Parts: sequence; C-alpha cells; structure tokens
Amino acid sequence: MSLTAPAVKPGMSRDDLMMRGGVVLLAGVLLVMLGLPLWALLAKGFEDRDGKFIGLANYVSYFSTPALFQSALNSLHVASITTVIVVPLAFLYAYALTRTVLPMRWLFQGISLIPIFAPSLLPGIALIYLFGTQGFFKALLGDGSIYGIDGIVIAQVFYCFPHATLILTTALATADARLYEAADVLGASKRRVFFTVTLPGAKYGLISAALVVFTLVMTDFGIAKVIGGNFNVLATDVYKKVIGQQDFSMGAVVGMVLLAPAALAFLVDRLVQRKQVALLTARAVPLVPRPKFARDVLFTMFCLLVSAAILTILGMAIWGSLIKYWPYNLSLTLENYDFAKFDSNGWESYWNSVRMALGAAVFGTLLMFTGAWLNEKTRGFGAMRGVVQFLAFLPMAVPGLVLGLGYIFFFNAPNNPLNFLYATMGILVLNTVAHFYTVGHLTATTALKQIDPEFEAVSASLKVPIWKTFVRVTAPICLPAILDIAIYLFVNAMTTVSSVIFLYAPDTKLASVAAVNIEEAGTTAAAAALCVVIVLTSAAVKAAHLVADRFLFARLQVWRRR
Amino acid sequence: MIDRTIFRRATLAGAAALAVFGLVSPAFAQKTRLTVYTALENDQLDPFKKAFEADNPTIEIAWVRDSTGVVAAKLMAEKDNPRADIIWGLAASNVGLMASMGMLEPYTPAGSTALNPMFLSGKSPQTWVGMDAYLSLVCFNTAEGKKANKPVPTSWADLIKPEYKNSIVMPNPASSGTGYLTIAAWLQIMGEEGGWKYMDALHQNIAQYIHSGSAPCVQAAKGERLIGIGLDTRGASEKTKGAPLELVIPKEGLGWELEVTAIVKGTKNLEAAKKLADWAATKKANELYAKTYPIVAYPGVAITPPNYPPNLEKVMVKNDVEWMAKNRDRILAEWTKRYDGKSAPKAK
Repeated sequence: MSLTAPAVKPGMSRDDLMMRGGVVLLAGVLLVMLGLPLWALLAKGFEDRDGKFIGLANYVSYFSTPALFQSALNSLHVASITTVIVVPLAFLYAYALTRTVLPMRWLFQGISLIPIFAPSLLPGIALIYLFGTQGFFKALLGDGSIYGIDGIVIAQVFYCFPHATLILTTALATADARLYEAADVLGASKRRVFFTVTLPGAKYGLISAALVVFTLVMTDFGIAKVIGGNFNVLATDVYKKVIGQQDFSMGAVVGMVLLAPAALAFLVDRLVQRKQVALLTARAVPLVPRPKFARDVLFTMFCLLVSAAILTILGMAIWGSLIKYWPYNLSLTLENYDFAKFDSNGWESYWNSVRMALGAAVFGTLLMFTGAWLNEKTRGFGAMRGVVQFLAFLPMAVPGLVLGLGYIFFFNAPNNPLNFLYATMGILVLNTVAHFYTVGHLTATTALKQIDPEFEAVSASLKVPIWKTFVRVTAPICLPAILDIAIYLFVNAMTTVSSVIFLYAPDTKLASVAAVNIEEAGTTAAAAALCVVIVLTSAAVKAAHLVADRFLFARLQVWRRR
Repeated sequence: MIDRTIFRRATLAGAAALAVFGLVSPAFAQKTRLTVYTALENDQLDPFKKAFEADNPTIEIAWVRDSTGVVAAKLMAEKDNPRADIIWGLAASNVGLMASMGMLEPYTPAGSTALNPMFLSGKSPQTWVGMDAYLSLVCFNTAEGKKANKPVPTSWADLIKPEYKNSIVMPNPASSGTGYLTIAAWLQIMGEEGGWKYMDALHQNIAQYIHSGSAPCVQAAKGERLIGIGLDTRGASEKTKGAPLELVIPKEGLGWELEVTAIVKGTKNLEAAKKLADWAATKKANELYAKTYPIVAYPGVAITPPNYPPNLEKVMVKNDVEWMAKNRDRILAEWTKRYDGKSAPKAK
C-alpha cells in the first residue's frame, strides 16, 4: 500500500466500486490461469502414486535424502553468483542506455535483448562450440570444463542479462530532472548525487531485478540439463522425478520447495513497496542526459564489450547452423534450414510459434497492464490486492515443467467446464502468459509507481471517471512500458519449452519444442538453424518496435520535453 | 489510419482462412483422425504414416511425438481424460506400468502369433505388443582415441581401466530409461554385489551422468567425449552422418528394451486403433522398423540397419522385465545415494 492512499471513505465512489470489482475479476482470472492449475499438481505431493492421501510422507522421505540438501545448496550457490554478476552488469548497461549520451543507443538496446530472443538451446550449443572439448577457446578455461558450474553460470548470466536490463531500464528511464538540478545547484558531488538521488530512485527496480534473476536461475532446468554436467540443482531434480520416473508426487514436492524463494521475493517486495514513492510527479521534468565526454566514452566502451560478448555467442550459433558436421566436417551448407528433413512438421511449427506469440503478446499485455493498474490504483482493499500481488509473483518461481503438468491436471479434468481449451492454441497462449506473468507485471507496476497519484486525484476532482484517466493519461504515459511488455511476451513465447512441451497437440507443435527434439536427435546444426530463425524473428519484431517507439514517442511523449 | 486498415485486412484474411477451412473440412470428415502418441525417431514418422495410410485410406494419423519421458509423463497425467487413441513406439517398461494402472485397452492384434514371443506382453488378450528392441551399448570415438592413443574397449570390464579416467559419459538412470536399463543389465549380469562394485569402479572414469539416453553417443560422435554409453540407434545414425564412431558390443552382453504398441483405454476411435495395432504387427511394418532397429518382433526380417555389428540377438542379456520394474525405486535410490549425491563437478 502506498503511503499517499487515503483511508477508505465511508461511502465509496463509483470509481472505487468499479476498481474493486476489477480487482476481484483479476484475482479470479489469475486463479484460473495459475493458482488452480498449480494446486492441481502440488496437491499430488500429498498423495502416493496411486492417488491415496498420505499427508506429509513424501516430504519426509524427500527431506531425509542427503541429495536434496546438496541440490538446494547448489541451486542457491548458482543463483547467488549469477545475481551478483548480472545485476551490477545490467545496472551499468541500463544506466548507459538511459543516463548517458550513447552513440547508436537503439542498437545497444537491441543487442542487450538478444539473449532473450534465443531459446536456451542456443547458448548451450554456442558455449560447447566455444569452450567444449573441441571448442575454439577451450584453452581459456585452463583445466576447467564448461560442463559444470562454470558453464551454468556463463549461460545463466547470458540468459538473465536482458531480464534485469529490461527492468532496470524502466526504473532508470523515468527520473525527475529537477532533483538533479537541485543537487547541482546545491553543489553536491557526483558520487553524492548517485547515492542520494539515482540509486534510491532505482531501488525498486534493483530489488525487482535481483529477485527476478535469482528465481529465474533457481527454476531453470534447460541450461542445467544441457551443460550442467553432474551439478545437481532443484530444477533438475524436478526433471528427474517427472520426466525420468513419471513420479508426479515427488515432482510436486520439489516444486513446492522451489516456491520458497517466491514467497521470500514476495515478502521483500511488499517491504520495499511500502517505502517507494512516486518519482514522476505531475510537475516533474524528464531528465535528458547531457553529453559529458569522459563518462560517455567510458560507458560506450563498456557497452561495446558487453555487446561483443553477446554477439560472439550469437555468431557462433549462426556459424554452427551453417556447418555440415561439427567438429569433423566444417564445410558450409544451407541444408540445415530445410526443417522438413529433420522434423515432420517442418516450417509449420515455426508459424505456430509466431501465431502463439502474437496471441500471448496481445492478450497478455492487456491483462498484465490493466491488472497492474487496477492493483496499483485501487484505494484500500489491501487483502484482495495482496492476493493478486502474490498470484502475480508465483509463476516466476514455478518451474515450467510443474506449471505444464498442472495445466494437464486442471484443464484436462473431465468435469472442468474449460476443458474445451485443452489441446488448442488457446491453452498454449494462456499457459505462456501465466508462465511469464511476473516480469510483465513488475514492469507495469514499476512504470505505474513512478506516476504521481495526483493525476487521478485531479481527474477525480474534475469528475472524470477513472477509466477515462486510464485510457487517456495513464496508458499513454506508460506506452513505452506497455510495448516493452508486449515484446517481452512475444519473444518469450517464441522460445518457451519447459511448460508447453506437455500441452501441444498434433496441429500446434511449436518451433521451440521442435528445436529441442531436433537437437535430441543429434542434428545440432539444424537445431541451431531453427534457433537462429527464432532469434531473427524476434529481432525483427524488436526492430519494428524501436521504429514504432520513435514514432510514438514523438507523438505521445511530447509532454516529457520542456 | 494505417493501423485500422491493417486490422481490417487481418480480419478479412482471417475470414478467408476460416472459409477455406470450412470448405476443406468436409473432405476430411470421412476420415477417422487417430491421435497417436509416440517416442519414435523424428525421421521415422513420415514413412510410417504414409505406409499405414496407404493400406488404410479411411484413417489419418495425427502424431504427438516427444522424448520417451515426456510422452510417458503426458499419458499418465492425462489418465483421467485420455487424449491419445493409441501408443505406437514407447518403451515397454513405461507402457507396462500403464497396463498395471488399467490405462490400456487389452487387444490381441490379428497376426501377433507370428511374432517372437519375447515381444508380447504375455497377457490374454495382450496389453501391449512389441515392435523392436533397442540396446544400450558403447560408442567409441576412433578419431579422438587415435589422438589420445587409447585402445578400443571390447568389454564392460575394459571401461574401468584407469586409462579411461574422466572420458566416459553415460545416462543418469534417475532421469533416463536407457540409463536404468544399462545399470539393470549390469546388476543382472554381475549379480547385485558385483554390479555395484563395478559401478563404484566405473564412477572413477565417468566424466558426467547425462539427463538423456541418446546424448552420450551424440557427445562421443562429436568428440566431446571419448566414450559414450547409451542408445544404439543414435550412435548408428551419427556414424552414417560421418562421425568417426565405432559401436562396441561389450562381450559380457548388454541391456535392452522394447518399443511397443498399445491401445489407450477410453479411445473414441477403437476400431481405427485396432486397425493400427493389427498393422503394426505385420511383416510390412516390421520391415520399416528394421530400417532403424537391428532386432524386430517379426522373425526372419532380413533388413538390418547400417553400421551395426552382426548377430546382436546373441549378446542381449537375459532380461527380467518384471524384476526391473519391481526393483526400480530401490535401485535408483541406491544409485542416487552412491553417485548422484556427490556429483558436484570434480576438481581435475
């Protein structure tokens, strides 16, 4: 709850009623998309394999295995290291993007997103070509091996970087120039300004980014599976139970253990939120960075370095998609792009992916932004808003395998009125939106928090209904964030595997799943090719976004200029 | 406005698409669409589908294909409201478990008496019928072997020699069915005590336990590792693609598993499913299986896939499938305790 929210008036206005109704509806939708399917699986943790209720027996047997402790420790270890590396890196990068004068800013912004465009297979393949036994730069690792913790951390840093950058860019993009002017006039040192103005302003974003990265690493099994070697983590334990042994009860137990970080993240978020105040007040003046030679050169160098690392990994995968047989026949060919040779669905699964991603972007963005707005701007009603906030945080901590299976149990139940959705494109869209709900919700919330509640107060006093303020003021102000969310959903829908692998039907197979299948069949080059096609698609969409952004910025964000 | 025109066009295109589907669908309506769950190799799907549909023009196959673990998990999760009509190409151990859970429609396909009895469930009527057997063998990269001056092993016993330290990969039995059948074979060949002693020694040479049955031979094929213990078909197909690979059959014998066909209980297309089950037991179908697998259910099929050593039937261990199923949890728990708990990356 924000400090500025007044106590609920005895007689509620029509706006209040409408907003509360909206929050209840939202909670219902999230319950169907997330809560109930998750419960459908997690409840299995209290049953034996024949479905008899056995209380906590599975938990007792799981917690008495020494391997669990090791996996949990390994998970925490990798997640901590990755967070400590990624968050400062992403902060500097986001700072360069928003607070310095960077040549070709749009290009650097685009490059920072490449990892998110790529299915997790891509860094896996590229890292093996770079640092594997036959890799080009194997010598750099000395006696170490890419298979194991080093490999997991490198791949996770690559994979998590855009998530953190996206959140931090949003957090740093909206700043009130008057604060900096005041600091300047008062003669504050640069360091002082950074620690008293910049950092506190981005605090919410920083904490969100750290939480997102931490939980992403905790729950990801793709990277750990491909490159992790013998390094057991909780997410691979779920994989072993569910895929290796079809033991849903024990899979549910590990899934439940993995929810612990989410609960923690939720608590931290509540604590931080209480202290966050709006940055962008109605009288705010947007900050436009002014050129400063030394700083700009330094940051440009930094961005070049990071971009080079990202492009090396992508480049390696592109090259890998064009060779005949690694590492014994490196002659070039285009055959690997003839997907019908490797998967009976051929290019069809690619078009399925595009359709699914468009659906997820449109439906998900509407739901996430409206939802975040309802939850931020409703006055009072703390308990219900808390429920929504918690549901929005859940998916971040849920391994895709768990969510996917939960969807089968919930939506395929014979008595579920929604079971007509099962085995359709619709369920893939719903599942994907649910799976990626957290970051979209956080982005929207971060953007909304930076807007002064005065906007609503003024509208209310002018007797403008709050939804009109939403459509005419709030949404246009937040347009950059809204587009970011849509793109985020699109690109993740193009690459997601772990959850949808349980849900596709004969006609709705996705390219990301096809890539995994092709790789499993040993045709690494063709898998790399399909990954490259996915990356290029998402990159093209992002490029279109950047162009649209410029155009829209010119029209809708004019007010930001003085 | 631009975007409005785009929307209008999109709507028109959508309507056109619907019209096309609407016009086309009656033509398909006479065909029974059979949903087939499978873990067959990707490149087998098309030839299998075409051959079956040519003989059964009223039936159309719609595949749901993924790796064994995913397909099995999906089938079991859908137990209360099955979506599959029939299983065609999934491991017998998984399907056997589904049979014991009452998920299958027992049916003895016409002509199944002609099959090698080892490939039948033994129930009457049959709960499942075997198609082919796959093996867990040793893939050795000859190019890397020559570079490092390491000899080709010929037996399981060879693999525990110190010269292969850190150069072997095998599937993790807790995540891969191939991994489980491999260690189950050792425990059956060498006896429980001898088997665990062997694995203790082998553990010293293992670089990694991988979460996949096919990846070890692929890694060996690509020179990531010298030796991979794992799925035979993958090793053979990598060799065809040009990998410097030798498929080694350890002389003590090796573990194997069947791929089977089974009808899912509750299917709305029982008649069509029975037709597929019948067809899957024919000599013609077995000749298709034989293009990939060296051992098939129909006796006397002369085709053998490329790159296999001859006379494989002789080296298959006497495999007690029931013992494997009954002891699975116990063996996996023991294995996990011994090797998986301490599997943090080894300092070299």
